[in-house]
Amino acid sequence: MTTISTPSSPSQSIASSRWISRTIIYGLLVIFAILYLMPLFVMLVTSFKTMDEIQNGNMLTLPQSPTIDPWFKAWGEACVGLTCTGIKGYFWNSIKMVVPAVAISTIMGALNGYILTKWRFPGHTLIFGLMLFACFIPFQSVLLPMATILGNLGRFGATLRNEIGMSLGFGNSTVNLVIVHVIYGLGFTTLFFRNYYEAFPNELVRAAQVDGASFFQIFRRIMLPNSLPIIVVTVIYQFTNIWNDFLFASAYAGSGDSMPMTVALNNVVNTSTGVVEYNVNMAAAMIAAMPTLIVYIVAGRYFVRGLMAGAVKG
Amino acid sequence: MAFLNISGLRKRYGALEILKGIDLELEKGGFLVLVGPSGCGKSTLLNTIAGLETITEGDIRVEDRSIADLHPSKRDIAMVFQSYALYPNMTVSGNIAFGMEMRRVPAEERKQAIDKVAKVLQIGHLLDRKPSQLSGGQRQRVAMGRALVRDPKLFLFDEPLSNLDAKLRVDMRTEIKRLHQTTGKTIVYVTHDQIEAMTLATKIAVMKEGIVQQFGTPAEIYNNPANMFVADFMGSPAMNLLSGKILKGSNGLAVSLERAAGEAMKLPIAAGMASLAAYADRDIIFGIRPEALTDPEGADRNARSVAENDCLIEVVEPAGSDTFAVTKLGGKEVVARLRADARIKAGETARLAFNLDKAVFFDPQTQIRIA
Repeated sequence: MTTISTPSSPSQSIASSRWISRTIIYGLLVIFAILYLMPLFVMLVTSFKTMDEIQNGNMLTLPQSPTIDPWFKAWGEACVGLTCTGIKGYFWNSIKMVVPAVAISTIMGALNGYILTKWRFPGHTLIFGLMLFACFIPFQSVLLPMATILGNLGRFGATLRNEIGMSLGFGNSTVNLVIVHVIYGLGFTTLFFRNYYEAFPNELVRAAQVDGASFFQIFRRIMLPNSLPIIVVTVIYQFTNIWNDFLFASAYAGSGDSMPMTVALNNVVNTSTGVVEYNVNMAAAMIAAMPTLIVYIVAGRYFVRGLMAGAVKG
Repeated sequence: MAFLNISGLRKRYGALEILKGIDLELEKGGFLVLVGPSGCGKSTLLNTIAGLETITEGDIRVEDRSIADLHPSKRDIAMVFQSYALYPNMTVSGNIAFGMEMRRVPAEERKQAIDKVAKVLQIGHLLDRKPSQLSGGQRQRVAMGRALVRDPKLFLFDEPLSNLDAKLRVDMRTEIKRLHQTTGKTIVYVTHDQIEAMTLATKIAVMKEGIVQQFGTPAEIYNNPANMFVADFMGSPAMNLLSGKILKGSNGLAVSLERAAGEAMKLPIAAGMASLAAYADRDIIFGIRPEALTDPEGADRNARSVAENDCLIEVVEPAGSDTFAVTKLGGKEVVARLRADARIKAGETARLAFNLDKAVFFDPQTQIRIA
């Protein structure tokens, strides 16, 4: 007996210490997950409660008589400032701004990355360094210069309207926001694509050259089809950033019909007339967050893979 | 005028000169192998022919027309890359057809060309697969198919076999040779493997540090190396290069090689090598290939000058088809190649025949061939 029990006792203590460390790790993970998910939970349950229940009940209890009226109200009737037509119009405003801004900045970033790795020219590292610099410029520092530029574009648009009858988009707030987000996003998208293409085999480009493909044919037929992971990363990153942006949106489209979702949500919540309808506010916030959530759920598994692909060579 | 003509070609990156004046020519249907150690500039030279690198000086002409300033796609060349460089997003047939597609060849014609090439290379069953679903040898075939289908004037191969395992490499080598014989295409081929160079080439250019050390047929390169680098690089096992001394005796010249024990070995020099007289009493490098140093029964019966000597055998390495014996002469290890069934034992003295017809001599300072 003794000869058997002696060797088994250290292995038992190893097993129990492993069990303790596992418990601590999972315990911590569960605590942080709860902390992180708590606001979402509160928002979600509140958005399905009636006002009575909110005023008389506990924040954390599940809705006793669930209702989806707050969601319809937020979408179609909530007041943004003085107009009470819900947030649906602003939701489409955001879509109209985000889709072109993400598409343009991603394609330009891919093109930049392609040139900076496969068509190197003297001074390419300097150019890349300067573009990287764009990632570190605080948003606030470009607010005023950008406002001046957008103001000039607006005057140019007004002149065009007088001369040829249309502004060609100059001075339109949505177009302005697209321009701002494309410029601001270029640093990041270029960084993503350059690092990805750095590890992309040069021989493929050379083979395509020998095969007679032109600069853009190589880009379209060889580079882009083999860049899915990094395209997904860039699109998620850009979509989330641009959709969630409040500073540029409130500065350059803070009022009027082309106001994006984030600004409209702020105005819904800040509308001071009558009772504060927490359930409607929460539903509106959920609707505002929905597109980024969907993008993550649909493309999320490529996200981590793409982030790794750029980092590790081969 | 040769089919491919490279004259005075130089390539500089800033102050660094990679190719230092290359002159080569190749007849139509020839197979030129550029061989040398890594960093000798052979791949750069191939890339300049392909147009993937610009040249600093000199000219490249195909059929007497300069192609030095043309875009790669306008040079009528096809290239097989070391990593195969198959487009991962396209199927095998898409890969093979891509070049034709870029040249706006009609779909019907493309299909016929693909089928023809697939038949030659036996890859018909792979046409719908992606490159990631292929084995190394299959990828190699597809890469060759992509080059073949274009039917260009000139084929360029950049170390195409170096990613394959040993057995497959030998098979593919034979296949490339057969392909060259049946199609009669002109090929420029880069390798660092001297056996590939010997077996495939009609002409070999041995390169080192951006300079062509010797340019000639495989037999010339092997039997008459121009300097010690070529002698040492070509051939496996390598040529024995030993320090020796030329002596002038009453019955002609002889070379003396130091031995570990006993007096120096003296080998008579054939009458034809008169240029060695100027080196009398001076140090030289004596070169003899392992197959010219063998057991007396295995010696070449047609050789005019064979000297037999007793040597102390240090190591015996049976290799199946041959037996290699290592002895020591002139302070260096010397490999002799004996018949497989030669009776020989390590630590004993054996009689070895030196075929002096095949011996070569180099100047120790300049390393250039004397005789």
